[in-house]
Amino acid sequence: MTSVTPETVLAMYETALTIRRFEQRAIEQYRVGNIRGYLHPYLGEEGIATGSIAALEPSDYIVSTHRGHGHAIAKGHEPRRMMAELFGKETGYCHGRGGSMHVASRSVRNLGANGIVAGGLGIADGAALSIKQRGGSEVVVAFCSDGSSANGMWHESLNLAAIWDLPVIFVLENNQYAVSTPIRDSARIEHLSDRAAGYGMPGVTVDGNDAVLVYETMQEPLRRARAGEGPSLIECMTFRHGGHHVNDPGTYLPADQLAYWKGHDPLIVLRDRLAASGVGEAAIAEVDERVERVMDEAVEFATASPNPSLEEFLAEVAS
Amino acid sequence: MKYREALRAALDEEMDRDPAVFVVGEGIGERGGSYKVTEGLLAKFGPNRVIDTPLSEAGFVGLGVGAAIVGQRPVVEMLFIDFLLLAGDQVINQAAKYRFMSGGEGRVPLVIRTQGGTGNSLAGQHSQSLEALYYHIPGLKVVMPSTPKDAKGLLKSAIRDDDPVIFIEHKQLYMTDGEVPEEDYLIPLGEAEVKRAGSDVTLVAWSHMTLKSLQAAEELAAEGVNVEVIDLRTISPMDIGCVLDSVRRTGRLVIAQEAVKRGGVGSDIAAMVAEQAWDSLRAPILRIAGKNTVIPFNLALEKAAVPQVADIVAGVRSVVGAPART
Repeated sequence: MTSVTPETVLAMYETALTIRRFEQRAIEQYRVGNIRGYLHPYLGEEGIATGSIAALEPSDYIVSTHRGHGHAIAKGHEPRRMMAELFGKETGYCHGRGGSMHVASRSVRNLGANGIVAGGLGIADGAALSIKQRGGSEVVVAFCSDGSSANGMWHESLNLAAIWDLPVIFVLENNQYAVSTPIRDSARIEHLSDRAAGYGMPGVTVDGNDAVLVYETMQEPLRRARAGEGPSLIECMTFRHGGHHVNDPGTYLPADQLAYWKGHDPLIVLRDRLAASGVGEAAIAEVDERVERVMDEAVEFATASPNPSLEEFLAEVAS
Repeated sequence: MKYREALRAALDEEMDRDPAVFVVGEGIGERGGSYKVTEGLLAKFGPNRVIDTPLSEAGFVGLGVGAAIVGQRPVVEMLFIDFLLLAGDQVINQAAKYRFMSGGEGRVPLVIRTQGGTGNSLAGQHSQSLEALYYHIPGLKVVMPSTPKDAKGLLKSAIRDDDPVIFIEHKQLYMTDGEVPEEDYLIPLGEAEVKRAGSDVTLVAWSHMTLKSLQAAEELAAEGVNVEVIDLRTISPMDIGCVLDSVRRTGRLVIAQEAVKRGGVGSDIAAMVAEQAWDSLRAPILRIAGKNTVIPFNLALEKAAVPQVADIVAGVRSVVGAPART
């Protein structure tokens, strides 16, 4: 295992906390009517985006999902332009055209969140094929979910990546529920990573709420991908802190399981890791304060930003 | 040059010109594709740019979308347009929407080459004319060339275009012959062509139906009916201006399409002309189209399901009020 420096653990803590606070602020803004539509919180799953993306280079790509705020922030999207997009404002990443489920940016090599479960996996393969054709060493991380593993596109994409040795790492976020359907009703096997063997690629299941463990687990798949040895599947176990989206109370989530996973919150795990790494409270408090400031500024920026121009839109679509 | 050779020449030239262009699809390498369009490309460009796929239609169309987003110019071959339905999400929800939903930053310079239409007794899942499905979707361009010259010039333009293009060939056209210019040329997307000038009636067609329409026009000329045949070539974006100009001169409009009549591209053309050139019309608009049926296997039934030259001749005659020959 790669040794993880205290600085890296602290940086991961800042990323995970940024995701957490961003979504808490977004939900507050949703409740007062400043954000509309669907908003799928990543609350409780922050360890996966944090750990996996911390292991990447800026030139690496990600493909995200409908539950994608965490991936985007970890990859370097600015919270204020993210918030502005959730508000539907002109200053958002998609100029108010995409919203929460479609955030993408070339600048940070996020090929996009996606409103269709498993819909982005072919895109990940295509980006990876392009890297291979050009002789590059970048990697594509394709985030997917337990729900997506029931879709044909998941199968096709893993198989294509495997037969062509594409530099993709499939990071499966197993939050154990596809909307309200538990994974035990959708799969006969205990570990979805067992399916990797069927494609001839390595697969492993890890605790997704431990960002440091996820970071360490990424190292071998990254080495493989950069060396042209092909894709890998990492299944990260996790649990949502609430329903499928902001208006789903998630009453179907069993109380004992929810209590267990809330006690095993990625931020609690990271705090323990920080303590074990000898990072002092003062350094942590500094991060906490900075994140709050960033969020204050993000909400102010989104609130003050203009709506997209109606005239420009109508001119674009005139035909 | 044959239609399929013209397509091959377009691919060959564009792959020579731009290393970002590559082809991917089922049996397109060593086998050269079912209609032999990609024959010889593997030997020339190698397996990095001529890629055979498993039967994973959604997967390899999605792969094309992703490669296009990061700057390649993939040409995905889909053996039958009927199979493109397996990749519906990738075409309609991913490729078509990416540029808009990313706020204009994203580009998907993807071409999907496919073929449709009747004529080979291939029954209901290998003979459809599905262009209206893709015509309906904002964010897609739809090209349907009828001649070797158009096929080459339009495919080259489609490859250079920054948006996803559904490039629909017709299985009856691959072996047709036609003049193709020696020099390098492009035919812009969205430009119709008057394939035969005339003054009595405007006959609009695309793809294989253009050839049938030209034959019908020849027969009608012998009767003294002067038909103007417009080949749309690209149905999205559509050069409706060319149709309107013609209708304003002729006062009559007939549309010939192979696809089923209901909800077809022809219906939309009729609506646009009715909205914009009503006062030029001297006769009701007529749509000559496929029957609202699954394409039958039996060859005689198959022929009856789609318009033939005689149907077009009769339709045009009824619109110009010319008496039937006795």
